[in-house]
Amino acid sequence: MSTVARKKSLIWDYLTTVDHKKIAILYLIAGGLFFIMGGIEALFIRIQLAVPNNDFVSAGLYNEILTMHGTTMIFLAAMPLVFAMMNAVVPIQIGARDVAFPFLNSLGFWLFFFGGLFLNLSWFLGGAPDAGWTSYASLSLESPGHGIDFYVLGLQISGLGTLIGGINFLVTIVNMRAPGMTYMRMPLFTWTTFVASALILFAFPPLTVGLIFLMMDRLFGGNFFDPALGGNTIIWEHLFWIFGHPEVYILVLPAFGIFSEIISTFSKKRLFGYSSMVFATVLIGFLGFMVWAHHMFTVGMGPIANAIFAVATMAIAVPTGIKIFNWLFTMWGGSIRFTTPMLYAVGFIPSFVMGGVTGVMNATAAADYQYHDSYFVVAHFHYVIVGGVVFALLAGAHYWWPKMFGKMLSEKLGKVTFWLFFIGFHLTFFIQHFLGLMGMPRRVFTYLPGQGWETGNLISTIGAFFMAAGTIVLLVNIVITTVKGKKAEADAWGDGRTLEWAVSSPAPEYNFAQTPLVRGLDALWVEKMEGKKGLTPAEPLGDIHMPNPSFLPFVISLGLFISALGFMYHNDHSWGLMVGIVGLLITFGAMFLRSVIDDHGYHIHKEEIIEAEKKGAKA
Amino acid sequence: MHVEEKLTAETFPASPEKATLEGKNKFLGFWFFLGGETVLFASLFATFLALRDRTAGGPSSDELFKMSIVFIATMLLLTSSLTSVYAMYHMKNFDFKKMQLWLGITVLLGAAFLGLEIYEFYEYVHEGLTFSTSAFASAFYTLVGTHGAHVAFGLLWILTLMIRNAKRGLDLYNAPKFYVASLYWHFIDVVWVFIFTVVYLMGMVG
Repeated sequence: MSTVARKKSLIWDYLTTVDHKKIAILYLIAGGLFFIMGGIEALFIRIQLAVPNNDFVSAGLYNEILTMHGTTMIFLAAMPLVFAMMNAVVPIQIGARDVAFPFLNSLGFWLFFFGGLFLNLSWFLGGAPDAGWTSYASLSLESPGHGIDFYVLGLQISGLGTLIGGINFLVTIVNMRAPGMTYMRMPLFTWTTFVASALILFAFPPLTVGLIFLMMDRLFGGNFFDPALGGNTIIWEHLFWIFGHPEVYILVLPAFGIFSEIISTFSKKRLFGYSSMVFATVLIGFLGFMVWAHHMFTVGMGPIANAIFAVATMAIAVPTGIKIFNWLFTMWGGSIRFTTPMLYAVGFIPSFVMGGVTGVMNATAAADYQYHDSYFVVAHFHYVIVGGVVFALLAGAHYWWPKMFGKMLSEKLGKVTFWLFFIGFHLTFFIQHFLGLMGMPRRVFTYLPGQGWETGNLISTIGAFFMAAGTIVLLVNIVITTVKGKKAEADAWGDGRTLEWAVSSPAPEYNFAQTPLVRGLDALWVEKMEGKKGLTPAEPLGDIHMPNPSFLPFVISLGLFISALGFMYHNDHSWGLMVGIVGLLITFGAMFLRSVIDDHGYHIHKEEIIEAEKKGAKA
Repeated sequence: MHVEEKLTAETFPASPEKATLEGKNKFLGFWFFLGGETVLFASLFATFLALRDRTAGGPSSDELFKMSIVFIATMLLLTSSLTSVYAMYHMKNFDFKKMQLWLGITVLLGAAFLGLEIYEFYEYVHEGLTFSTSAFASAFYTLVGTHGAHVAFGLLWILTLMIRNAKRGLDLYNAPKFYVASLYWHFIDVVWVFIFTVVYLMGMVG
């Protein structure tokens, strides 16, 4: 067993890392880049729609941009950014030294990354997918070129990574909690991660199956969705939404968790109704699986099915309402500090409530016939996803930035970002409710003048540029902070309640020199209230076992990437099949190596830990 | 307990697969994975049920399926699940040789099953049911083929474990690996029970 950490170049370090904190940074960078790409696509959409009869982009290109905007934002921006927060925080919040499967953690990231890369390669190789992010089979089977194939194969690869990540967090939270960290003492962000991971586990396989069917139909002569040979395109819609609806909760539950942490911290109060928060989280997760067909009210499932799914959908408003009131009551009577993360949290509550109200409106099946496929729906889901998830990710990024990078982001610039983004968001999407009610259909590349849609669309476009400006300020903030930001304390905000604020910023690679003993909810706050400086240790200082870094996750993912490229072209070029098989061999070969080479990890010695802790305390 | 500890039959723990933290994580993680796999197969079954009568003029299930070969295949796979139980029994008793023997028998039975399935597919293609014949054909080959791919992967996995550990015997590092491989094998078996019922029995009489 090796004991000394070898010096490595930065790039090689990140290519092979299995440390959850570094993987969090990888997720943050990759997800951030895809977020910017999706944002640019959104700007193109808004520029095209700013005035009637615009020809900024062609109809065909518009379809590609619109498809890639949705697909990128959901799968390649929101998901990995949520995973960035989970990786950065959850292991430390439960008092663990790492996740249960560090190797798989790295594999999950690289699968996501290569899947996303593959999907975006489509721009350069003959055109992007153009059947909407939902890629309904009746449209996508007819789409010429390879755009849809990029979608089908890219999402299979990245979906596998997400599934692996979900299982990893489930096991981590069940098995790796520090002594005393009972389930009902877990911070809300850990709880929401736990429930979201369970949703990932059960929601992603149906998507994978749907994608396999579409792949078979498009590339290998299958007939799942071809009515001429007995297929049925509605099967795709069901499979997609059995995944697609829980996906909304996979994203929004961690967002709820982030806001619960922030609101409690900056109100200097214990979260109001903690146990009802946990209950509401689990209930939302459970109900989230029973509502998928509310996306399909107009398919013709009949009044009974529509009624059942309508009622189930409306039921979700109850636990969500519980959460809203709990956040309000947490702030009630607290000593509130309006830091940047807190501004997002306060802005989130009314924004998300509006998304929830239009959600119940959409859930009313009879009324939905009117809203369906109109801008009203576009406004609704952007209120939920941007007003809920994106606000949470921005808030979480500001809140945990010192923990991830050891430096505080500028509060001044942070607040500028917030106001630009918040105003821009409402400017863009509020008016879209009315555009939808006035009959503007979604996914059209242009419209005729004289229908009363001009002003609304122009306002919406102006709002989009506000959000872009906010994002640019955030990037400037990041650059300035990185260059000359001031070093963050362990308890960077001064009011930290949970375990991540007890370790230095950034956390040492072993997280805790001694595993802490958790003595109540808000474990660090409990210690602070007793006048203690640090945590109560649960073990004597000793050698710490660490997992070895590995390059294999990168190779496994690369193999699938190559394989997807090969199989995609196997009908056009003779080399396709060979390349596809070679890619699979690379993947399975790397898996074989992982299986036969023993990996026992290494130890960091007690003396090195004492030294590192001394340095951490000084800085 | 530590992974690399040298153990004897006396000191070997009762549940070697869960004696270390790594083992506990593997054990639980694999159960979660099987939960995901269950949803995967459930989706395939649901699709098959929706499409099983959509033959588009091609051969239908009652024209194709023959009880004899499917019955033999079922018996082979069910027996292989039993033999893998024997293997785990011997693993818990720290009897490495007997564990290897029963795992070997499991692999042989699984390989025979896979051979029969390949032969069966070959027959169906000759009788006019290719992957592209109809929606039923696509759904059938995808569901049963996915199961077959799982069997093939399981065989390679168990073989790799047997060969890799042939010389060094049992310890707490590889016991969880053997254990989850046998869990996987049981899962494949359970899926087959559903395939036998839903695809073959219902296809011949329903």
